[in-house]
Amino acid sequence: MNFTLPLFSAAFPELILLSMTCIVLLADIFLPARLRGLTYYLTQLTLVLAFVAAFMQYQDYPEPIITFHRGYIVDKLAILSKLIMYVFSLFAFIYARDYIKERRIATGEYYLLGLFSVLGMSIMVSAYSLLTIYLGLELLSLSLYAMVAMYKDSTLATEAAIKYFVMGALASGLFLYGISLLYGITGDIQIATIAQTLQSNLNLVALVALIFIISGLIFKFGAVPFHMWVPDVYQGSATPVTLFIASAPKVAAFVIMVRVLVQALPSLQVAWEQVLILVAILSMFFGNLLAIAQTNLKRMLAYSSIAHIGYTLLGILAGPQSAQGYSAAMFYISTYVLVAAGAFAIIAILSKQGMEFDQLNDYRGLNARNPWLAFMMLLLMFSMAGVPPTVGFFAKLGLLQALVEAHLVWLAVLALVFALIGAYYYLRIVMLMYFEEPATPQHSQHIAVSPGLAAVISVNGVAALALGLLPSTFIDLCRISVG
Amino acid sequence: MAWQFPLLSLLIWLPIVGAVCVLLTGSDKHAGTARGIAILVAIANLLLCIPLYLGFDVTSYAMQFQEEHLWIRAYQTHYALGVDGISVLMVILTNFTGLLVVLASSQTIKLRVAQYMAAFLTMQGMIVGVFCAMDAVLFYVFWEGMLIPMYLSIGMWGSANRSYASIKFFLFTFFGSILMLIALLYLYNQTGTFRIQEYYGLPLSLHVQKYLFFAFLLAFAVKVPMWPLHTWLPDAHTEAPAGGSVILAALMLKLGVYGFLRFSMPITPLACMRLADFMIGMSLIAIVYVGLIAIVQKDMKKLIAYSSVAHMGFSTLGCFMVYDIIRRMGSFQDAYMSLEGAVIQMIAHAFGSGAMFLGIGLMADRLANHSRLIKSYGGVAHSMPVFAAFFMLFALSNVGLPGTAGFVGEFMVIMSAFQTHFWVATMAALTLVLGASYTLWMYKRVFLGPVTNAAVATFKDINVIERINYILLAAGVFFVGLYPLPIINVLRVTIGHLLLQSIPTGLAMNVPMGWAA
Repeated sequence: MNFTLPLFSAAFPELILLSMTCIVLLADIFLPARLRGLTYYLTQLTLVLAFVAAFMQYQDYPEPIITFHRGYIVDKLAILSKLIMYVFSLFAFIYARDYIKERRIATGEYYLLGLFSVLGMSIMVSAYSLLTIYLGLELLSLSLYAMVAMYKDSTLATEAAIKYFVMGALASGLFLYGISLLYGITGDIQIATIAQTLQSNLNLVALVALIFIISGLIFKFGAVPFHMWVPDVYQGSATPVTLFIASAPKVAAFVIMVRVLVQALPSLQVAWEQVLILVAILSMFFGNLLAIAQTNLKRMLAYSSIAHIGYTLLGILAGPQSAQGYSAAMFYISTYVLVAAGAFAIIAILSKQGMEFDQLNDYRGLNARNPWLAFMMLLLMFSMAGVPPTVGFFAKLGLLQALVEAHLVWLAVLALVFALIGAYYYLRIVMLMYFEEPATPQHSQHIAVSPGLAAVISVNGVAALALGLLPSTFIDLCRISVG
Repeated sequence: MAWQFPLLSLLIWLPIVGAVCVLLTGSDKHAGTARGIAILVAIANLLLCIPLYLGFDVTSYAMQFQEEHLWIRAYQTHYALGVDGISVLMVILTNFTGLLVVLASSQTIKLRVAQYMAAFLTMQGMIVGVFCAMDAVLFYVFWEGMLIPMYLSIGMWGSANRSYASIKFFLFTFFGSILMLIALLYLYNQTGTFRIQEYYGLPLSLHVQKYLFFAFLLAFAVKVPMWPLHTWLPDAHTEAPAGGSVILAALMLKLGVYGFLRFSMPITPLACMRLADFMIGMSLIAIVYVGLIAIVQKDMKKLIAYSSVAHMGFSTLGCFMVYDIIRRMGSFQDAYMSLEGAVIQMIAHAFGSGAMFLGIGLMADRLANHSRLIKSYGGVAHSMPVFAAFFMLFALSNVGLPGTAGFVGEFMVIMSAFQTHFWVATMAALTLVLGASYTLWMYKRVFLGPVTNAAVATFKDINVIERINYILLAAGVFFVGLYPLPIINVLRVTIGHLLLQSIPTGLAMNVPMGWAA
């Protein structure tokens, strides 16, 4: 076996992330306290640099490049998802800044762990061997466990961190066990090789391996039946952490799902399609139904995220029979993440020290207290409900079109029925904000928001509308990347 | 193609842009500015309808004032607009009603004026969009999108039970539209396009057509609304502010019938033929049974709401009577008259019911507790004679008195029904009795007799703006009732063409020359 030097330029964004993260780490340790604010700016600079690097790759690499001993790939899917993840992480850090400063949550560490998880996600989406996927996944997960636990003052956060860690470790174990079984059958962990070797070899061991792998993936994605951690973690974590968990990692989880199921195991498609149908239906059902009963907005959005993951899976399972299934799912998950990030950001912006603004009742009469934020929340809620002209509708439209094309009309009807159930609790938020008066007089004064944050959240909210009015470009991008 | 002035786009987007401007005026401190902008925008939009009407070629059934731009490349969806004879009338009606609502609300709404005006202007633009859309996705976007401002307007400015009514309204209509979306996607997969006109005359089997028919039916029957899917309407109507009720009655209900004309009949003619009896039965239930319900209502708005259901039953009856006529006699002329009656009924109902909702809102505003119950009033004619006279006119139009708008459509539908089916026509004609009893009985209890509530005696008669509103509406009622020729002219070729597309080939006899193509 001769040694070839890997093509380092292919991993340029990751290299930037890694080296800059080390610099941020050193800076945060050695800088005097009054200059610590620099950590935040360095972090954002890192993300901007990584974004630029990935963007240049998008132009430079029209064809997929596989390097690092065939364990690493740079294709349109990887690059587009990296671009999306960097943008969302950037937004997440902007929203987090005031919140964690006010509550004296260890600030430098938040950004550092954030950067490490961004690195983990980058590796995940570019991974082309099951072990690389696992490495990226673990880097992401470990950083996230620590981020949840960082809010030391809150018992809920500590509880959530322990739950998240124990369950997450179990899921990683399942995933790893599945990989080892696959390695046993095929003798390789590289995705393309597995796909070739397993071509006509539908045996019991492969099915068992598939079940283990899917379980691990579904856990990370947060879909039924491995969804139990989602509500607790979403509710318990500090809101910026929830925002972060709910945004970029979902895109990464989607990409590894495509890599593992679609690219590595196309021969087991009949099997995983059936599993995914079940998981998708259950997720949409339980997610939407349980969300109705919630009184805590973060918890409600957690259940709603389970439902939305269910919708995303519809795209993946329709993929083999429909030209647009995968790209519709990609469009769905990225726009959902945009909307979810906006919703959590509004919670974070409204929260004050000692007043978390995460109960549904806190939102009573928000229109009278801050009409613009209420309007942004309205757009985001209607987008989640899938009402045109917001982007949520076009996301659902793409999925339904894929389902109809794949002759799964019954599933499309079912998905829409669940969407109807879902609309109820999104509408309830709008109802509270617009139709009700504030609960108590002291809750009725105007809420001031710093202009910077107001501008960022406006970009986020208006994007939900603008992408709905003009979705063509982004749909095309998703098609090119996943197609 | 030469550049054309985008008149339809302007009609859609001017109110929406106006709504954004109105919102920018901010809090109620600048309520006057908000009202001013809203009225200006509404007037400008109505003025834009003049070139629309004048430029419309009544001798062509083709879509006119077409605009087309590629919208979503991946699905080959176009931003495609165009109007035929039916839509051009509905667009004018929408803008007319929009101006009325803005004028009326500028008097009554005192709270969050800017948001109120913005919601109604947005709604107006979107409803115009529904009538102009030639692309299924665009149609659906407008169709669903207008639920948002309507939901907000019921919920924010409605009366006590508004939250319940608004959510019920939203979920009902959302539920109805679900299957329509699937049906449209199915058609897209068959044809590879979202252009609605490409779906006409598609050779689909009866089996498939039936599925599509029911998918569409659910969407449109909720909007019309047809019995038994009408239960959201009384709630929404009673809780909505007066402006919301007017938009609901005058425009939103019409969308359902418009949907039948634009989708169900031309796309699934075989299924329509097969299921015509079912649809006629449902329409008769709406006319007779819901008419009976209206008699016993204690709440005026509820009464008019149920009467709306009954009147819209005439429109659906007219649409599907066509198939009965064609099947039994094959007479194109009678079928034509039935369909034309259905469309004119749509337009006529907008004036009568819209005016009555405005009037009820106007009375309720003068009462301290905003009661809409009939028993809270009595003898209003003593204190508001001018208003009482106007209201009488609209009540008579609702009854269907010859010479008013309400008469023309009902008469045409009943006439054509008599040609084939005596009992259907007789049942439908019962509405003349029922309509007279609920409307006039309400009128008697509210306006005539002695003043029972001391507050009623202090009512001030309608002021200038309210008078302008009512004069406009009265003009509409008389125009449709006495001289409907301009309307019929616009409709003639369009309805003839629609009819040819909507009946299975070879069944119609004596089709006039020139239409057979």
